[in-house]
Amino acid sequence: MTDLQTAPHSKKSASSSRFSALTVLVWLVIAAVVALVVYLSLAPTGTPLLFNSQTDHSWFVDMIFNPTSVTQKIVVMFFAIAVFLLVMGLILWAVDRDNVPKMVLLAGFIGPAVIALASGLLWSAINTIIQSFKKFDQFGTDVGWAEWSNYAHIFTSANTDMLINTIVWIFVVPIFSTLFGLVYAVLVDRTRFEAAAKTLIFVPMAISMVAASVIWNYVYFQPAPEGASQIGVLNAVITFFGGSPVNWTTIFPVGTFALIIVMIWIQTGLAMTLLSASIKGIPDEIIEAAQIDGAAGWRMFRSITVPSIRPTVVVVLTIVAIASLKTFDIVNVMGNNLPKNNILANAFYQWMSQLQSGWAGAAAVLIFVVVVPVIVFNVRQMRKSEDV
Amino acid sequence: MSTSTSTSPEGSARPTTDTRTVKVQLRAQEAKTKLSSPWASLIAVVIAVLWTIPTFGLLINSTRGEPAPTTSGWWHFWGGGTGFTLGNYVSAWNGNGGTPLWQYILNSVVITLPAVVIPITLALLAAYAFAWVDFRGRNILFIAVFVMQVIPIQVALIPLNTVYVNFGLAGSFWSIWFSHTIFGLPLAIFLLHNFMKEIPPSLVEAARVDGAGHVKIFTRVLLPLLVPAIAAFGIFQFLWVWNDLLVALTFSGDNTRPITAGIQQLTTQFGAQGNILPAAAILAMVVPLGVFLALQRFFVRGLLAGSVKG
Repeated sequence: MTDLQTAPHSKKSASSSRFSALTVLVWLVIAAVVALVVYLSLAPTGTPLLFNSQTDHSWFVDMIFNPTSVTQKIVVMFFAIAVFLLVMGLILWAVDRDNVPKMVLLAGFIGPAVIALASGLLWSAINTIIQSFKKFDQFGTDVGWAEWSNYAHIFTSANTDMLINTIVWIFVVPIFSTLFGLVYAVLVDRTRFEAAAKTLIFVPMAISMVAASVIWNYVYFQPAPEGASQIGVLNAVITFFGGSPVNWTTIFPVGTFALIIVMIWIQTGLAMTLLSASIKGIPDEIIEAAQIDGAAGWRMFRSITVPSIRPTVVVVLTIVAIASLKTFDIVNVMGNNLPKNNILANAFYQWMSQLQSGWAGAAAVLIFVVVVPVIVFNVRQMRKSEDV
Repeated sequence: MSTSTSTSPEGSARPTTDTRTVKVQLRAQEAKTKLSSPWASLIAVVIAVLWTIPTFGLLINSTRGEPAPTTSGWWHFWGGGTGFTLGNYVSAWNGNGGTPLWQYILNSVVITLPAVVIPITLALLAAYAFAWVDFRGRNILFIAVFVMQVIPIQVALIPLNTVYVNFGLAGSFWSIWFSHTIFGLPLAIFLLHNFMKEIPPSLVEAARVDGAGHVKIFTRVLLPLLVPAIAAFGIFQFLWVWNDLLVALTFSGDNTRPITAGIQQLTTQFGAQGNILPAAAILAMVVPLGVFLALQRFFVRGLLAGSVKG
């Protein structure tokens, strides 16, 4: 660990162990901002604090909060960046004094992030957990406690398909993404066209899942009318071999697998990149020793490559599983709003749109709960690596 | 196995080649064996083709004249319909009767730039404190930040929406900027902190002995060394924000809707806008693809350093 406490600078802030009035004041301000956001997250207050679109404003205020023209939008964009840089600069300028207590200096450096994360993420998560135990009417108004009924709702028979699909998603996507990624990474490793070949597989990572859904739309396109030419590749292939075309994204369980394939198509690039780096990290000595022993091809892959990269494989599997759990874009765009295609993350979005904050909150908490073991695992790993 | 190395003219001419060269030769030989295996090459080519065909089909469809994209498969290329055209792009750009695509793209740009710059600014300051200022509770706080990386953003959306409504920011760019800042911050702090830790302490020490304060050390010593790390997070956040649909659908209003939400709307009116949909999707892909291909190096580096968020 790097400990710079012997450095001269820390002597100046030796007074920090005592509570100075300034220290208390600065941290009180930070606490007050967090408290304000917490208060405003509880329920609609009716009177907007910063900008009320119902009343008249000067053109400047209107522009800052509700830009309409191209010029206004661009001006506001630069305004936002400038304001942030300015505030950060001011904070730095204010704390960079010889006699500033360390806790004030600290407030300057981590205060903004603490406000954002404590009120925006941490409290929001707690708030959502609370909401998941509340009842909401059809206008989204809180009408008291619901106890466990929101969670019970998720596990009713109406949502069975959704739950099964979610489980299928978080197992099938990681397994196949990792499999394809691993095979491809090994096959193109150290070949002449490695970089280009990898880019081809990697490109789906760079585009949005909405765009990916549009792309795959022309693979799964619904059957053309009798006698007409097929629009979707898959149906064209099927009819070419004499089969009858299928409406892929509307039948259960084919629809779920059709959507899963899109996710595999996207995540394989991620798996390939991480695994490829891991393969290249296998020490030369091990490979040479194996080569001297006569290992090559499949034997090399099975006895050397796979055992060496096993930790990375586990990491990739968990990363892709979490991504699959949280993804809603593909189902939202391609799922035709069919309950039979649904997954938990999309159900969350649907309930949120219907102002059913209780159900949506329970769904969000459920997603969170599934991720928790991974968080625990990650923290353990980090602790281990810090000890070393 | 080793025949080619020992009998090659170069090998015999320089018998005392160092281990490095031998390694290179071994690797080259290995590559040779791989290329010579037709099955391996075939599988690689098949995967590459399978992965490319869907995108290729969309690209072809985007250049087919009305009504070809909605009446026949892309493998008919420019036969039928009105042949090859770039008119779909023009129509998509101008909206074809609906909202022009350029407005969505403008909104995406306006959303993305601050949503990348603001978290970087906040995270740089926080990461500096975590890496170079010793304070009680630092480890606990840092682990908390690390943990927040994996929190699904779904758990924060509904309460945040209430906050924005109460501030009067609902549907504005500000709500989207703040959201992306909050969601990107844990990863940014974690990543930048890790890179900062790798900077030799002696460098910071020397600056301190010279009388430099925290700010001077931060701006003059550390910042220039952090450019690759900032680029790694920057491109990550850029792609994430540009390609995001969940935050966009939750917080954007009619005036601030980005391209992903725009395309999503277009897919729901498929019959009417089916001819321009492929071109619109390609237009939506151009910016992230360009950024990605130009900065792929940094993206991969960020990925390997743990840039995975939800």
